[in-house]
Amino acid sequence: MTANETIHPTATATEIDASCKLPLLALLVGASVWLVIGSVMAMIAAIKFHAPDFLGACPLLTYGRVAAAANDALVYGFCLPASLAVIIWVFARLSQTVYALPLVPVVAAHIWHLGVFVGIVSILLGNSTGFAWLEFPRGGSILILVAFVLIAIPTAATFGFRRDRTLYPSHWFLLAALLWFPWSYASANIFLVAMPVRGVAQGVIDIWFGNNLLFVWFSLVGLGVAFYFLPKLTGRPLYSYFYAQYVFWTLVLFGTWCGIPAGSPFPAWIPALSNLAGWLLIVPVLGVLVMTVKTLGGAPVTTSSAETLPYFKVGLVAFIVSGIALHLVAHNEQLARITEFTWFGQAQVQLQIFGFLGMILFGALYYILPRALGFDFLFPKFTRAHFWFNLLGSVGLVIPLAIAGYAQGSHAYNLDAALPALRFSSMGLLLILVGNLFFAVNLLAMFLSWKITLVKSIFSAVTSPLTAVEVKS
Amino acid sequence: MKTGLPVIFAVVLGLGGSTVGFVLAPAVQLGSVKQTTVLNSTDLYPPQRIGDATLGLQVYRANGCAACHTQQVRQEGVACDVGLTGPGKNPQALSNLLSTLTLTHLTKEAADTVADQLTAAGGKVETHIVPAGADLDRGWGVRHSVAEDYLYDYPVQLGNLRAGPDLANIGVRSPDANWHLLHLYAPTSAVSNSKMPSFKYLFHLQKAGSTPSPEALNVPSSFAAPAGYEVVPSPEARQLVAYLLSLRANQPVYDAPFTPPAKP
Repeated sequence: MTANETIHPTATATEIDASCKLPLLALLVGASVWLVIGSVMAMIAAIKFHAPDFLGACPLLTYGRVAAAANDALVYGFCLPASLAVIIWVFARLSQTVYALPLVPVVAAHIWHLGVFVGIVSILLGNSTGFAWLEFPRGGSILILVAFVLIAIPTAATFGFRRDRTLYPSHWFLLAALLWFPWSYASANIFLVAMPVRGVAQGVIDIWFGNNLLFVWFSLVGLGVAFYFLPKLTGRPLYSYFYAQYVFWTLVLFGTWCGIPAGSPFPAWIPALSNLAGWLLIVPVLGVLVMTVKTLGGAPVTTSSAETLPYFKVGLVAFIVSGIALHLVAHNEQLARITEFTWFGQAQVQLQIFGFLGMILFGALYYILPRALGFDFLFPKFTRAHFWFNLLGSVGLVIPLAIAGYAQGSHAYNLDAALPALRFSSMGLLLILVGNLFFAVNLLAMFLSWKITLVKSIFSAVTSPLTAVEVKS
Repeated sequence: MKTGLPVIFAVVLGLGGSTVGFVLAPAVQLGSVKQTTVLNSTDLYPPQRIGDATLGLQVYRANGCAACHTQQVRQEGVACDVGLTGPGKNPQALSNLLSTLTLTHLTKEAADTVADQLTAAGGKVETHIVPAGADLDRGWGVRHSVAEDYLYDYPVQLGNLRAGPDLANIGVRSPDANWHLLHLYAPTSAVSNSKMPSFKYLFHLQKAGSTPSPEALNVPSSFAAPAGYEVVPSPEARQLVAYLLSLRANQPVYDAPFTPPAKP
């Protein structure tokens, strides 16, 4: 027995789950609050297209500020910390050992949510940096970068202490995600905020970061988590190790170059290269399609998988649709001309947030939370309702937005052409908001009952009479 | 795979490659862009923004105007225009011929045919190459946007959604500062079907004196302030308008050449 095995012996599932409890709670309680705040702000922004002067007297809630704050609250407030929580648990389970240094992510989670708070308030007060997806000013962005690194280090250490040395497909995707975010976020902030480059290069870097966050990072996390849960829930192996490796490499090599539209005011080689990458993106997308069909096709639904498996199915379908949309726009110049600068782009963003990553994270969390916290959801019916609200909401949000984009692009950007579909999409957003409330209520109720148990046990420990042994000594 | 090294290698290759390609290379190539000369002229382009216009970019940023407005004009290609420079000896025949011909937005071959016909009728013609594209047709610019247009912008506000019109040339299209102030205060008073939210918070009401204050905005009666009050733009509103008026990407440059219309 080596020293490593003595310090990090193989642990049972219950021990592993218990070791992740505090980091998960610290990350997810804040995340669920941001999820609700983000959805509400998105709703306020959407209402402005029904009534332009809704809450218009308040500069904090003008469309340009509240729309950016909503996006950032959803992505930095919910998607990233919830992803980190799932990664922490998946890594500990895959390593078959307890999570290393669980108190570090607890502290980091508080730093993270403080950073998001600083960032969102700054945007609303008009102190955003003005770069899409990098709106947080220096204070907020430094806090979340530090917090991410603080969470990544013990998570990587847990990976290092793994009992089974073989790497699973989930390992590659999630490990890459842990490296990806700090790298891209730091580079973009250095070149845009700390030592800004001159002129239009800012535009290239901003688009590069947005694509790397919303497409590449989301895909790495979403697919990595899905590839962990699919075999677990279906009871059959992932199809296949080879395909997973193929998807990983092509996604990493092609996905990172996508997103720069043809005709941007950049040197011609930049959009041309990006277009080529978008065209090649069909390769990993088809890979995921084959993996999904072959792993899930005809898999028996058991009582244990009935709750969570649908989330993963919908999430993977959303990924495939999202990837095909990126490919088509890169492939078809006419379509690109119609859809650029329209709500079509917003439809792709919402599909990535709610349809793909959101779905997979919710599925994973509904599986993880009862195990990690050691008791069931207080409102089990909400978990089922959340699925349907999120599914119908995503469809009702993304499809009308895409239609609005197409209508707008084929009518010379006349907003009136897009308005009917755009207004309809608010319905989808409303359903998502209700679904998110179900999630937040369930999670916060769980958190409160855990707190009450904790306080009760401390109280009883304090008030219990001293034992005879202690009195003697 | 038994170690994490291949994953780290993939990250270095994938993200490292695209960081070099889309962060460092543009920073080197575009970071050294300098003022350029306007074609067939000694004027430098772009002019440095001054005073209120510089501050106005920060008002534009703070209020997230780029959420709905782009500042980038697309061009799909070029077209040919045929211009008549002399009437020749038989103006009557030429004007009969002109009424049957299209002179603008032609392909090169069509332009040559038209030019030949006009020359045969005795006219003197000149063929110009002009930028063409849907954005230019709707009057949003005279050429596509180039790197120099953003030389003095920080942050560069390219935008990615056109809920409203493109603003790369708004200073050329709507050069009237009062129109802009009115549009910001009550959008529908300037553009009847506008969905832009009002930016009333950039204005304040003050008690009207016996004569209207020189700064007060001349608001149409249906949007007017309560009786006895007048609407005064805040410094931010004036800065924002100064910035909008400074958005004039209408000079021919090396990357986007065209022949500007002759000055009368």
